[in-house]
Amino acid sequence: MTTEAAIAVRDLTVAYHRRPVLWDVSSNFPAGHLIGIIGPNGAGKSTLIKAIMGLVPVASGEVRILGDTLKRQRHLLGYVPQRSSVDWDFPTNALDVVLMGRYGKFPLFRRPGKKDRAIAMECLEKLGMSSYADRQISQLSGGQQQRVFLARALAQDAEVYLMDEPFAGVDAATEQAIIVLLRELREKGKTVIVVHHDLQTAADYFDWVALLNLRIIACGPIDQTFTAENLRATYGGRLNLLTAIGEELSK
Amino acid sequence: MMLWANTNLHFVLVGTTLFGFSAGVLGCFAFLRKRSLIGDALAHAALPGVCIAYLLTGTKVQGVLILGALGSGLIASYILNAIVRHSRIKEDAAIGLVLSVFFGIGIMLLTHIQHLPMGNQSGLDKFLFGQAASLIGKDLYLFGGLAAAVITVTFLAYKEFKVIAFDPGYAETIGIPVRRMDVLLTLLIVTVVTAGLQAVGVVLMAAMLITPAAAARQWTNQLWRMLLLAGIFGAVAGSAGAIASAVAPRMPTGPWIVMAITAIFVVSIVFAPQRGILARVLRQFRNATRIQQENVLKTLYRLMEDAPQSTPTVDMVRRYRHLSIRRTLHLLKRLQRMGFVSEGTRPEEWLLTADGRTRAEALVRRHRLWEVYLTQYLQLGKGHVHADAEEIEHVLTPELEQELEALLGYPVQDPHARPIPYSRDGGPK
Repeated sequence: MTTEAAIAVRDLTVAYHRRPVLWDVSSNFPAGHLIGIIGPNGAGKSTLIKAIMGLVPVASGEVRILGDTLKRQRHLLGYVPQRSSVDWDFPTNALDVVLMGRYGKFPLFRRPGKKDRAIAMECLEKLGMSSYADRQISQLSGGQQQRVFLARALAQDAEVYLMDEPFAGVDAATEQAIIVLLRELREKGKTVIVVHHDLQTAADYFDWVALLNLRIIACGPIDQTFTAENLRATYGGRLNLLTAIGEELSK
Repeated sequence: MMLWANTNLHFVLVGTTLFGFSAGVLGCFAFLRKRSLIGDALAHAALPGVCIAYLLTGTKVQGVLILGALGSGLIASYILNAIVRHSRIKEDAAIGLVLSVFFGIGIMLLTHIQHLPMGNQSGLDKFLFGQAASLIGKDLYLFGGLAAAVITVTFLAYKEFKVIAFDPGYAETIGIPVRRMDVLLTLLIVTVVTAGLQAVGVVLMAAMLITPAAAARQWTNQLWRMLLLAGIFGAVAGSAGAIASAVAPRMPTGPWIVMAITAIFVVSIVFAPQRGILARVLRQFRNATRIQQENVLKTLYRLMEDAPQSTPTVDMVRRYRHLSIRRTLHLLKRLQRMGFVSEGTRPEEWLLTADGRTRAEALVRRHRLWEVYLTQYLQLGKGHVHADAEEIEHVLTPELEQELEALLGYPVQDPHARPIPYSRDGGPK
């Protein structure tokens, strides 16, 4: 089971205005694991999961999800964007946002029904948010907003979850709720890929990590990958060369 | 009333109401998608289309002119998208570019038409600022049809428009065709804009898309209510324009419609229950009063702490807090009604009740804990921490207070060596 790749990335290069932000990334993310994508700011962590989800144009390379193309397997992916990527002053409540997780299940112009509302409510419940279902989303705290986003992905009932910095700027209670949920998902055999930048907690949270800084530095089980040497290569000096070449290319 | 005898007014009224409703509803999605100005660009871009349609066919038949407007609107939106996608120019600048060049061409063509023989009777200049009175029965079917189509499509695509407006990236990941839905939204906007050309005119059209949405947002936190309200506001403004046009037929209607919808907007901004300015001022006022009350409680506590033998007087509190006697008395009376203070045995003397003492202790505790926190964790000198703690003591929640206590290990003294009062059930464990 663990040998099958939930997501296989081969020779992936992504560029913004011709400046590469991911260089020739190849790695396999095995199914059934709790995987951290770790790297410094600007390392291309978010870009990598956006590229996997088809949200940014890919210059070259290939992504396969559970053995097939994104187009065919999109319904198996659940995405949790960064909390700051949306305007929370939107006229809607927490339950409605979670319900959006069900929207992909219907053909165009069809509405979600009672059953979907029940599912959405269940997902809120799992994150300890059921008493906030009717709350206008701008009145939720940052941690609560993050939990609503997780509940929305949960409502998709996906096989592979991709989360962009779910632990960024949340309170202790939310952090705990999230980590419990992630472990529960792994128990159920789901794959969870989390963009994370805090080295302190990474070793506790994940059993598999990909160290990333414009390119993959190491990818594998945490006890083999999370070495001082690899971390130095990820966070330390000598990468400036790639950045400099990137600058040149963008000119 | 004289006006009701005017049968044409009935047509105009129905037409502008329908238009206002559909513009209001549709404007909400543009507003929430942060694309309000697209409507402005598309409206201005309709003018050259109208002129070209007239020059090519020589008729003023509504259907033909509207087809022209539709055509040039769509070309404009295509160019707009192309500029944003293929250059580094951002959307706001692209809107400005497209809007002005299309409007410029439109005005050139319009001037040309007016210099043609018969051209000055074309009435095309009414498309600039609107002339609702020039609508006739035949037009109404067209507008009614357009408005109905817009409302139907919006109803059908509600879930798609909603998720795209909130989180377009996520919408794409769950398989919603974001780009095609955006094209549909643009198409609907172009349709509603062309439908309203005769009533509002190209120059002021943006107001009918943006203002109802902005006003409606003030009153509700639910999208479907916002859509409905914006529709109603738009309809009211539209019909106001129609009536104004009947009363003063030589006046352009657009400005009247804009005035009407702006009046609704101003009322919404000021009086809306939660988001309105008035509500906010009231909240701030109540908050300020609460803080002053809490300060008076705390002052009584501090005075009794410094001189346990004597009873504090109004004058002592007043001087301590720099308040007027009237204000101090007013606050004390309010606190008395809440059961936190009682009058002393002699006049002008005030005492804390048991409840009041508990409240005051909580405030003083938060104040002093925060001072400890600032000196220990932020390495601030103890002369700098008081002012900050004066504010924090009013906003610290019990949960944060507990966290703070645990973090600091239940200190017994603040940085000024004053005791930190713990409640009987709280305190070090």
